[in-house]
Amino acid sequence: MNIIEVKNLHKIYKESEIEVHAVRGIDLIFEQGEFTAIVGPSGSGKTTFLNMIGGLDKPTEGEIVIDGVNINELKGSKLIDFRLRKIGFVFQAYNLIPVLTAKENVEFIMSLQKRPKKERIERAETLLKAVGLGDRLNARPSKLSGGQQQRVAVARALASKPMFILADEPTANLDSESTRNLLEIMENLNKMENITFIFSTHDARVVKKARRVITFDDGKVISDVKNKY
Amino acid sequence: MLISIAWKNIWRNKLRSGVVITAVTLGLIGGILSVGIMFGSSDQHVKDALNDYISEIQIHHPKYSENNESKYFIKNSESTENVLSQIPGVKSVCSRIKIVGMANSPEAAVGIVINGINPEKEKTVTDIYTKIPAGSGSYFENTKRNPILISSKLAEKLKLHLRSKLILTFQENGGTMTGGAFRVVGIFKTTNAMLDETNVFVRKTDLIRLTGFSENTAHEIAVRLTDKKMLETVKSEIIKKYPNLSVMTWKELQPDLAMVTDFMNQMMAIFMMIILLALGFGIVNTMLMVVLERIKEIGMLMAVGMNRIRIFTMIMLETIFLSIVGGGIGMAVSAGILDYFGRVGMNFSSVSKGLESFGYSAVIYPKVEVSFYFILSFLIILTGILASVYPAIKAVRLNPADAVRTDA
Repeated sequence: MNIIEVKNLHKIYKESEIEVHAVRGIDLIFEQGEFTAIVGPSGSGKTTFLNMIGGLDKPTEGEIVIDGVNINELKGSKLIDFRLRKIGFVFQAYNLIPVLTAKENVEFIMSLQKRPKKERIERAETLLKAVGLGDRLNARPSKLSGGQQQRVAVARALASKPMFILADEPTANLDSESTRNLLEIMENLNKMENITFIFSTHDARVVKKARRVITFDDGKVISDVKNKY
Repeated sequence: MLISIAWKNIWRNKLRSGVVITAVTLGLIGGILSVGIMFGSSDQHVKDALNDYISEIQIHHPKYSENNESKYFIKNSESTENVLSQIPGVKSVCSRIKIVGMANSPEAAVGIVINGINPEKEKTVTDIYTKIPAGSGSYFENTKRNPILISSKLAEKLKLHLRSKLILTFQENGGTMTGGAFRVVGIFKTTNAMLDETNVFVRKTDLIRLTGFSENTAHEIAVRLTDKKMLETVKSEIIKKYPNLSVMTWKELQPDLAMVTDFMNQMMAIFMMIILLALGFGIVNTMLMVVLERIKEIGMLMAVGMNRIRIFTMIMLETIFLSIVGGGIGMAVSAGILDYFGRVGMNFSSVSKGLESFGYSAVIYPKVEVSFYFILSFLIILTGILASVYPAIKAVRLNPADAVRTDA
């Protein structure tokens, strides 16, 4: 089932008088259950592309249809609400709320969805156990390692029951042990729960695990390869 | 959860929050104490004036008020006093014979107002009997012929001492000039140097004997109330009963006194506004730093689905909490200080002469009304809300895509 359809996507940034064509006419389709890596050199348009399909940035031209909705037509609180219900985010720098515990960080997303307290707590605990942090529920981010923080971020991204998760270089700040753990967790969630992951990366270990690898260069897709296992 | 996050957020940088809270606390302590001193001195000023001379209400012959001419007096003053005493809200009533005259000593002569009083009854309306310091005589206690109470200020001016003789000249009932020799039996001192200088007190009976007025007449009837809030009600009631007499409240008798009180109230309001405004700008500055430091986090919150109203609310709550904590501590400490000095008083004796020349006591008992704290609490919250607007707008205008990748 197609969950994201990208048609003729362009993004032009204007810096002073200079126009930067970050994304140049991309057409892509993502299906439910994909585990896709977007690779390419710096400045190739990976992050811009992820920002646009995540509804954080608007394309200059083209269409992004997610679950049948053209997100370019969504504005303000409708777009924010759409992100809250349909998209999970994992950031390179984890971006957890430092004053909240691991459990509260996960629970927080569900509180934005106005889910009942009991359900929030139960789901937060379940997800943190699923990412191997069942014993660190009440630890604040400052007491967690980088790898643990990124696992909390994955649990947080899953908490809202999104249609897919976008991860912008999720392993960039992690050591190899943490990278391996995180990839294992993401892979398991993808296989067992059929959760769609789309992530940008420079990390060869991550690329190796991806079932589909899309290579960007100069704002264009230069290859789209499906790995077989 | 938003409330909990906002509360936790203000303790993220304890030093910075502590500085803001301390600034709010100290600002409010300074403000509240100043207001307490101003309010206390103004309240005391009015109280002293009412207790020493004016009373809440005075009744005169309508024409007496124009030029203080002694030929315009109230007839049947005794029955009038009795009727007035029965009006709800009236605590005490006392009539006086009041004549303008001259006080002559071997050294000088000055214009004065001679108050012919019933000493015992006068005690129910004025506190003059308590204003005679030890060693300065007594309040008509040792009955002598023509005793007189004068103020220390007048004594100084006329170079008189206790038991000195003083000649008073004035008009008798028929308009002819007359006079009498009086012996100083007491020298009083109130906080109102101006009124002290122009008023002397003699027995009503002595003055009646010298002027030929009847026992049952008065130039002035002073009325004290049980509750100052009943001022207008009692006044209306008296007018209903005596439509032909002039009934004036202390605010009409001494408009400058009422004006000072109103002026003080307005000054206090402006003063507190300035303090809160200054604190507000301090808070704005701090909250801008907070937003600047948390750009990445705010971007993340927006990215994951926290809408702009919630972001705005979170920043606003943090600002309000900072203001409330500082405000709460400031008000509590101020209340403690005011309670202490409200009991023991603040002594400004080094500037007592200056204060007393304006009718203010040198010992001030600072105080503020309970309602002041409620109004102040509201203003503190309002300051917090207003101070949060600009930083909160800055926060909600962030672009989440850029914000999450910032180095802040």
